[in-house]
Amino acid sequence: MTKSNQTAPVQIYEIYIKAQPEKIWDAITKPEWTARYGYQGPAEYELRPGGKYKASASKGMMAMGIQGTLVDGEVIEAQPPKKLVQTYRFLFSDQHREEGFSRVTWEIEPTQAGFSRLTVTHELEGKPIMATMVSSKFSESGTGGWGWILSDLKTLLETGEPMA
Amino acid sequence: MSESDDRVFKALADPTRRALLDRLYKHDSLTLTELESKLEMTRFGVMKHLRILEDAHLVITRRSGRTKLHFLNPVPIRLIHDRWIDKYTERRVSALTDLKAQLENAG
Repeated sequence: MTKSNQTAPVQIYEIYIKAQPEKIWDAITKPEWTARYGYQGPAEYELRPGGKYKASASKGMMAMGIQGTLVDGEVIEAQPPKKLVQTYRFLFSDQHREEGFSRVTWEIEPTQAGFSRLTVTHELEGKPIMATMVSSKFSESGTGGWGWILSDLKTLLETGEPMA
Repeated sequence: MSESDDRVFKALADPTRRALLDRLYKHDSLTLTELESKLEMTRFGVMKHLRILEDAHLVITRRSGRTKLHFLNPVPIRLIHDRWIDKYTERRVSALTDLKAQLENAG
């Protein structure tokens, strides 16, 4: 048990989506798409190295009094529609803010069967709070981490409607 | 993708494979040596089970230098979950599973 704690905490999520890589790329990087799945906050990306990333409160959150930027970061690498590397920090509270920037890598690969494989690699060394929140171990009021977000993204792209 | 659902169910229908997933759930990533350490099984046997878990996309491997690390990919299980439990039902279900966990830990 103690042995593996020395390993840098990395979480990897993989999902197959029946959609072209370009469509998946748009769904990750365009605010009109990110407003339709997961936490539904519009995301803004400056798609160049050093460009800004921010995700804001969704309409539903604003109705509950939550406002402003909830996640921020920086684009490290943008290769549409294949690979996006960015930093990623939660701004939900001072505690989250203090954990600082983690690193997220999105990789999209077409498969021969007409599906695309989306892999999200989240490097979370020294970020236990964020690691719990983005893993499927976190579940509160019907939401969750990457597993839930990616599952919702798949449903949206394949059916044109989000899950609920 | 019902064929992939079949693979997930088959992969989960074995106590050794569930034990391997339990260990990957507890730790973020493990090597083959770490995975086989507490199982009374040959290295070859563990590799066979890992292959089935990989085919079902429940386990993903990544190379880190000379070692191969295994990760749990919870997404296929999440997709099965979402098939029968929607966002609104989940609240009720998780209230019940939380209650169960609390009562069992207290006892």
